[in-house]
Parts: sequence; C-alpha cells; structure tokens
Amino acid sequence: MDVLTIIGQLINTTLVFATALIFTSLGGIFSEKSGVTNLGLEGLMIFGAFAAGVAGFYAQDAGLSGFGAACVGVLAAMVFGILVSLIHAVASITFKADQVISGIVINFLAAGSTLYMVKLLFDGAGETGLISGFDKVNIPYLSTIPLIGDVFFHAYPTTYLAVVAVIVTYFVLYKTPFGLRLRSVGEHPSAADTVGIKVNRLRYIGVMLSGALAGIGGATITLTTTGTFSHNTISGQGYIAIAAMIFGKWNPWGAFGAAVFFGLAQAVRNYVQLFAWTQSIPQEVIYMLPYVLTIIVLVAAVGRSSAPSALGQPYDPSKR
Amino acid sequence: MNNILKAITKDSFVLPIVAIIMGLILGAIVMLIGGYNPIDAYSALLTRVYGDPYDFGEAIREMTPLIMTGMAFAFAARAGLFNIGGEGQFLIGMTAATVVAVQLHGLPAYIHAPLAIIAGAIFGGLWAAIAGFLKAVRGVNEVISCIMLNWIGLYLANFVINHFMLLQGQNRSEDIQPSASIAIMWLSEMMGNARVHWGTAIALAAAVFFYVFMWKTKQGYELRAVGFNQDASKYAGMNVNRNIVKAMFISGMFAGLAGSFEVLGVFQYQSVMASSPGTGFDGIAVALIGLNNPFGIILGSILFGTLTYGSAGMSFSADVPPEIVRIVIGAIIFFIAAQGIVRWVLKPFYAKRKKEKVL
Repeated sequence: MDVLTIIGQLINTTLVFATALIFTSLGGIFSEKSGVTNLGLEGLMIFGAFAAGVAGFYAQDAGLSGFGAACVGVLAAMVFGILVSLIHAVASITFKADQVISGIVINFLAAGSTLYMVKLLFDGAGETGLISGFDKVNIPYLSTIPLIGDVFFHAYPTTYLAVVAVIVTYFVLYKTPFGLRLRSVGEHPSAADTVGIKVNRLRYIGVMLSGALAGIGGATITLTTTGTFSHNTISGQGYIAIAAMIFGKWNPWGAFGAAVFFGLAQAVRNYVQLFAWTQSIPQEVIYMLPYVLTIIVLVAAVGRSSAPSALGQPYDPSKR
Repeated sequence: MNNILKAITKDSFVLPIVAIIMGLILGAIVMLIGGYNPIDAYSALLTRVYGDPYDFGEAIREMTPLIMTGMAFAFAARAGLFNIGGEGQFLIGMTAATVVAVQLHGLPAYIHAPLAIIAGAIFGGLWAAIAGFLKAVRGVNEVISCIMLNWIGLYLANFVINHFMLLQGQNRSEDIQPSASIAIMWLSEMMGNARVHWGTAIALAAAVFFYVFMWKTKQGYELRAVGFNQDASKYAGMNVNRNIVKAMFISGMFAGLAGSFEVLGVFQYQSVMASSPGTGFDGIAVALIGLNNPFGIILGSILFGTLTYGSAGMSFSADVPPEIVRIVIGAIIFFIAAQGIVRWVLKPFYAKRKKEKVL
C-alpha cells in the first residue's frame, strides 16, 4: 500500500472513532454551559449503546431493513438517554445534590442495569443479538473525487450527522435567544433570574440535551463498530468525551477538534504495524502517546479557565 | 445512655443508614420486576460472604483495596480536589511494588516486603502528584489530567511488565520473591487458603493515620482550609500550591498501597491488563458512601465488598444476575448524595421528634 492510501484510510477510521466522541462532548457542552457538571456521560453513553442494541435488534426482528432498524436504534438511544439524564437532573437541580456525585451515580447504574436488562431480555446471555447497523454511504458525485472522495465522502451516516450536530450546536448556543439564556444560567444564574429567566427549567433542558446527545453517541458505537451491546462496548469513551469537552474549552468547534484528535489516537493503533520504522516502537508507547500529548497541550496552553462560572453550583434563589 | 441515643439519631448517622435501606429496597423492587425473589437473593448473598471461613477471608481480601482507594479519593476531596485518578495511581503503585518484589533478590523478608510496599506508596503518590503539580503550577483541571494519567498508567504498567518481567508464554509477570510476600500463611491455612494478607492491617492503620493527620495536625488543618476556601487560606498565609501537591501525593499513596497489596498479598504476580481493573473507581463509590470519613470508608467498604463478593453467591444459588448489586450501590450513593429525598421520606419522623422536644 502506498502512503497516501494509508493516510486516507487512517483519516476515514479516525472519523468513525471520533463520531461517538463528538456527539457526547456536544452533550457535555449543553449540560455544562447551563451550569450542571456532567460526569455521567460515560453512563449515558452506555445506556444509549444498550438502547440502540436492544431496539435495533427487535426492529430488525420485526422485519425492518438494516438501515431502518438502525434509525430506530438511534431514536431509542436518544429517548433512553433523556430519561436517564433526568435522574441526574432531579438529584442535582431539584434536590441540590452534589453534581459530581450524581453524575457518578449514573455511571454506576449504567454498568449494572444495562447488563441486568440484557440478561433478562436475552435469556442470560451477556450481549444483545447481532444487528447489521448502518452501512457506509457514498455521497453522490463527491465520493467520486479521487483520494478525497474515498476519505471524506464514503462514511457512516452518523459521522455526517455528527458534523451537522456541531454546526447546529454552535448556532443554537451562540446565535439564538435560547442559547444566550442557557449560557447565562451557567455564568450568572441569579442575574439571569432577575431578568425573568427560569434558571432550573433551562438547566433541566441542558441536562436532557446532554442525555439525548450522549445516548446517540453511545448508539453510534453499537450501530457502526460493534453490532452488539456487551459490558465492554463502551469502555472509557465517556471520560474521553469529557476530556474532549474541557480540551475544546466548552466550545462546539473546539470539542469537535479534540474529539477528532482522540479519534485519530484510537485509529492510529491499527496502522502502526504497517511501516517498518514504526514497528520498533513498543506498542504501549504508541497507545499512551495521545494522552501524553493531551497533557502537554494542556500545560502549554496557558491555564486560563474557560469553564462556565457557575458550573457545579446548585441554584438557590433564597441566597440571591 | 442519652449521649449514645443522641449519637445514633444524628443526621450524619441516620441519613446514610436510611439511604442504604432505601437502596436495598430499590434493588429488591428491581429483582421483583425481573421475576426474582429478593429475599432468597439477599440471603444467598449474606450466606456466601459470612457462611464459611474461606469466603469470609476472600471477602476481606475484596474489601481491603477498597478501603485504600476510598481513602485516596476522600483525602483529596477534603482538600477540595477531585482525584478521579485512583485507577492510574493504583496501577503505578502496583507496578512499582512488583518491580521491587520481582527484581531484588536475597533480601530478608523484614526488609524486602516493607521496601516493596513503600515503593508502591511512593510511586502511587508521585503519579497523583503530577496531577497536583499541573493544577498548582499551570491551572490544569485535575479531572482531565487524572483521566489522562489513568490511561497512561495502564499502558505504562503493561509496558514495564511486558518488557522487563514477562513470564515466558504467559500474559503476566514472573512470580514475586517469597521474601516480598505479605500473605499471612498461618491465617490463610486456617481459612481454607483464603488469600488474607497484612495489607488489611495496614489499611486499618492508614485509616487512623488519615483521621489523626486530617483533624489533629496543623498540616491537616491547612489542607482542609485550602479545601474550603483557597483565597482565604492564601490570605491567612498558607501556601496553597504546596498544599495541593501534598494532598494529591498523600492521596496517591493510599491508592498506590492498594495496588501493592494486590500483588504482594493476593496474586503474587502482576497481569498484563487489557483495561483498568476498576478498583480506583469503586473507591470513589466507597468514599461517597463513607461520607469522606476514614471510619465511614471502612464501613462503606464492608458494605461494598459484601455486596460485590456476595453477588457471585447470589447468582449461583438464587440465579439472580450479579449486576444487580451495581444497581443497589448506585442507588445507595444516589440517596446519600440527594439527601433531600431521604429527608423527605423521613419527614413524618422528624415532625414527631420536634414535638417531643417541645414537650
């Protein structure tokens, strides 16, 4: 294989791995911009991957085509993600629980309850039945461009959807009244309250959006990479998505860039063995490289905090 | 008598107990929905853990590292730091202990074993101190650096094992020197070869150290002050940055000790791991159940260890999927965190208590 083809394939694989991280980190942005820390993204992804696997399986069983069943899977993941994120919302917004803790609760519940339900639904088996999921699609005309066509315009529909989601998130957050309000309750809730913005309602919406997006993020892994859901379908991607969000300074485009970077890090492992000069590098060094790089970049980028100011603080109107 | 009554009706005591009961009830409801008998399941769980000496010993083995990783999280939390990196510190500590235990030869046991333990503690501490240092000097959020360090630690541990100590043809290190083992052989023989070790005693001593250091020394006072309010501490003349690094170092030492116990006391070798073992994350749950108090954490790890170790018995004799205990633990933490819900459940009792006071 010549170098250009390998680079092309590498980019293509990168996009596959990055898709889930893009969706999930966008979800994290919605929640944290509204002032609610969301450490439960890992759990929400697990629930999403689970819902997509189960709903996709039954939809396929009922006679839907692979694509139709996969779409049902995405919808189910979204709905399930929203429902589960409500646990986090009720605890941290209404009952003013520590947001970090209630996020961790989601992760604990996810690990246990999804496998429990899988065992109930599939007669004690540890994973859901195999589904075909999404196939890669060609974008008409564009995919025939030499090199670039194969790299960028022959991908899973979820990847395109992820890019669209970045644009929509950016537009919603920075160009609409809703986005302004959402950001304002994350920066200065009491000021927002005095001008008549419903702080807690907006925070609920922020958390629910994060549930929906993280659910979809988890679903993309089931529907494009694994085809089934089991205990290790999601292993740490939620935490990487949190890292991508912080790395991207809570900005949709920044998170997108960071997610692609981490996607590249995962993809590069598959190609390392192809070159003679890279074979001498120990495998583990290549595995840890992206994480080392992240730390170096964080250290180099002046540590100016760009987190929403009211992040992590429950809003209590009586303390205004 | 009155004092005892007051102590056990205090909120900080009542609320976790009620939260635990509510978590167990919620687990029972989930079991009923799944068509299982919760009473059979819970009694199978308890008989598994407390039924015979072997299982009891093994359950203690399960609890020991949780005490340590729980305290690792709690110690940093007391200083206002969110140490989610227990996982990486656990692995680095474990690896350091393995290196010392495998590579050094000919030392007497009373030097070799302590040396391996100390190596585990120091390297776990240094691994955590990286995150503390980055936060203090460059303002890097410790959550993100800890997540990164967890992954780096996993691959670094595998690198060391794969390249320097691999047992031929196996996916694990060579066995440690017998002189580095901290297993308690006579007790182990009495308990049907359950893997009990001195680490448990060290963990209990570490809990006392945690308490004394945090609440009875000036240094502990400074750490807690920094945890409460960094600006006020700075104004009062404390070195905030040094306290952050110190808190992370000691916190990492706890996690590193947990890792070294697993090698020196339990397995006698270190495996090459495909993914993190999860002990560090479980420690977070234990710390939350124990309200970041060392003695609470001991109780929390007894609860956590009983549930996880007993879950195997539950699936064996009552056919309930063992994952149910993760739901129970999640629910318990949820109720402990969202105390508003527990208070709401307890409201009728609170009203009663107030009335008595008026009379």
